[in-house]
Amino acid sequence: MAIYVDETTRLLVQNLTGREGSFHAMRNRAYGTNVVAGVSPGKGGQDVQGVPVFDTVSAAVEATGANTTLCFVPAPFASDAILEAAAAPGMRLIVCITEGIPAQDEARVVNYLRQTTGVPLIGPNCPGVISPGKANVGIMPHEICLPGRVGVVSRSGTLTYQAVHELTTRGIGQSTCVGIGGDPVPGTSFVDVLSRFEADPETEAVVLIGEIGGEAEEQAAAFIKAHMTKPVVAYIAGFTAPPGKKMGHAGAIISGSSGTAAAKKEALEAADAVVVTYPTEIGEAVAAL
Amino acid sequence: MDLLEFQGKQLFAHVGVPVPEGRVAAAPGEARAAAEELGGRVVVKAQVRVGGRGKAGGIKAADGPQAAEEAAATILGMDIRGHRVNLVWVERATEIAAEWYVSFTLDRGVGRHLAMVSARGGMDIEAVAASDPAAVVRRHIDPVVGLADWQAADLVYRAGLERTAARPAAATLRRLYRAFVDLDCDLVEVNPLVLTAGGEVIALDAKVTLDSNAFFRHRDFEAFREAFQEDPIERLAREKGLGFIKLDGSVGIIGNGAGLVMSTLDVVSLVGGAAANFLDVGGGAGAETISGALEVLTRDPAVKAVLVNIFGGITRCDLVAQGIVTALGERELPWPIVVRLDGTNAPEGRAILAEAASERVIPAATMLEAAQRAVELAGGR
Repeated sequence: MAIYVDETTRLLVQNLTGREGSFHAMRNRAYGTNVVAGVSPGKGGQDVQGVPVFDTVSAAVEATGANTTLCFVPAPFASDAILEAAAAPGMRLIVCITEGIPAQDEARVVNYLRQTTGVPLIGPNCPGVISPGKANVGIMPHEICLPGRVGVVSRSGTLTYQAVHELTTRGIGQSTCVGIGGDPVPGTSFVDVLSRFEADPETEAVVLIGEIGGEAEEQAAAFIKAHMTKPVVAYIAGFTAPPGKKMGHAGAIISGSSGTAAAKKEALEAADAVVVTYPTEIGEAVAAL
Repeated sequence: MDLLEFQGKQLFAHVGVPVPEGRVAAAPGEARAAAEELGGRVVVKAQVRVGGRGKAGGIKAADGPQAAEEAAATILGMDIRGHRVNLVWVERATEIAAEWYVSFTLDRGVGRHLAMVSARGGMDIEAVAASDPAAVVRRHIDPVVGLADWQAADLVYRAGLERTAARPAAATLRRLYRAFVDLDCDLVEVNPLVLTAGGEVIALDAKVTLDSNAFFRHRDFEAFREAFQEDPIERLAREKGLGFIKLDGSVGIIGNGAGLVMSTLDVVSLVGGAAANFLDVGGGAGAETISGALEVLTRDPAVKAVLVNIFGGITRCDLVAQGIVTALGERELPWPIVVRLDGTNAPEGRAILAEAASERVIPAATMLEAAQRAVELAGGR
């Protein structure tokens, strides 16, 4: 099974003709992902190493039956590109790699998707999703992955790689690795991914990588406690990060003391997750489950 | 990007939220001249990008030009929670009938806008919120719809703001919310928003944080930086597009991705060292970014050894290695560089470093090993 992406994924790449878009689309294809189309407005009719390019998402979907999109559109235009993808019939997943989208745009788009189409958005500002041996939709270096039965979910791109690397070097494979991104309003939360892993018969345990700020880890802890039967190993980055010099009072009034690495660790431990100290201990902790 | 109070007030005035008339002053004599122009009683306020100015003595009332000059002489040069005061704002004093608290921000927990309003604004708002949570009315706003008129009215009435001023108060809330959205702010906070003795609603303070990701559509915002006292190393890092924060230790850190860099700081600390900085080269860093990052660290005399920790994804390790080789060729680097490369094109990157055969470059196989080696080379803590 795996979650989000697999052999049935028919991938469309938005801004396929860009530098990052073409590089990673070709890497994803080389891994075995079914890359069926690209979209770059004004470049319809061209192709990138055999992948046909269309002017619009709807035309690409109509011609190729694409059901998943990977968005490399630059930040000023990315939220529009996400809305365009969500409007295409049959679109079942949007993965947005783009970094630096204005928070106001992101808040509008994420809330709009929740209220209307309901198409899941992973990211923005994320490394994407890989189901090892099945499909890679994003920029994760698939060389470090190994097919298996551990799910990985993370807010940080490069720490996801670190965690996967620790698993693979110990011979522990992964069912799916999901980078949800570290932006203020992520399209997909830890809880969304945890509930899919809990329901996925091919996933036996989950590795969760969090970091300071926000309350996503605390929400994950509450979900784990209430709904998860599968074991969770967690790592939190940012114990020694300097406290943000926040100017206004609003942040303190909203969050109180939550948001620190120590508070997140405590919440996860209270939910019976194993919280490790070094990223290098992730593999050991999963092996010991 | 946090703005100074007077810059926030400029934005407020622009969207039709009344603010007291005032002038910026960089010297006591300028404060005197400002007070003369404004006439009557004034308030002299330290311009620093941190809270707690009032409690630190950075805000003083003055009866006339002489008193304003004296107040400015005391406040200019003060250190307020690590921020040196280089500018004061001299504004006409306001006769206050009531002090309120208003803010608009993003509640990351639910991914929606959050409005907070209280009739008990002023210096102790955090204490009020902690001891009497009901005194701060909180309402989520759907970013798709925006602040509806009924919601603005609801905030005003539920917070118990003075009923006689309900209309101008609600209008002010709507304008502040429009500023929050249209000007791409992460935070708009007014504490206090006051009702004057004459029945006007005026913003006596302004805390505005702008989203620098949105500067492509607000080209003029970049100019706000001119009034900031920026550390030269931090400025260089920003100009090179690097995420940089100065810390107290001796191990210079360069990594890709905020999470991995934070984790690197933690690991350096766990093995007995301390990081000299947080430096994130971001996603897709090329050779030039890496050599630029090394250049930034050469400006910090506290750095004794450097740890480059890269896990390539969109970043390619071969380009990282090329950047290190470029930096070695461009300048005499005063410290050893421990390099850990994994991920996209890592074997190519390691080969480039091996070929360069510099004794300055020490390869490490894992993040833990790299941290241990760098801490050792930096001479511990």
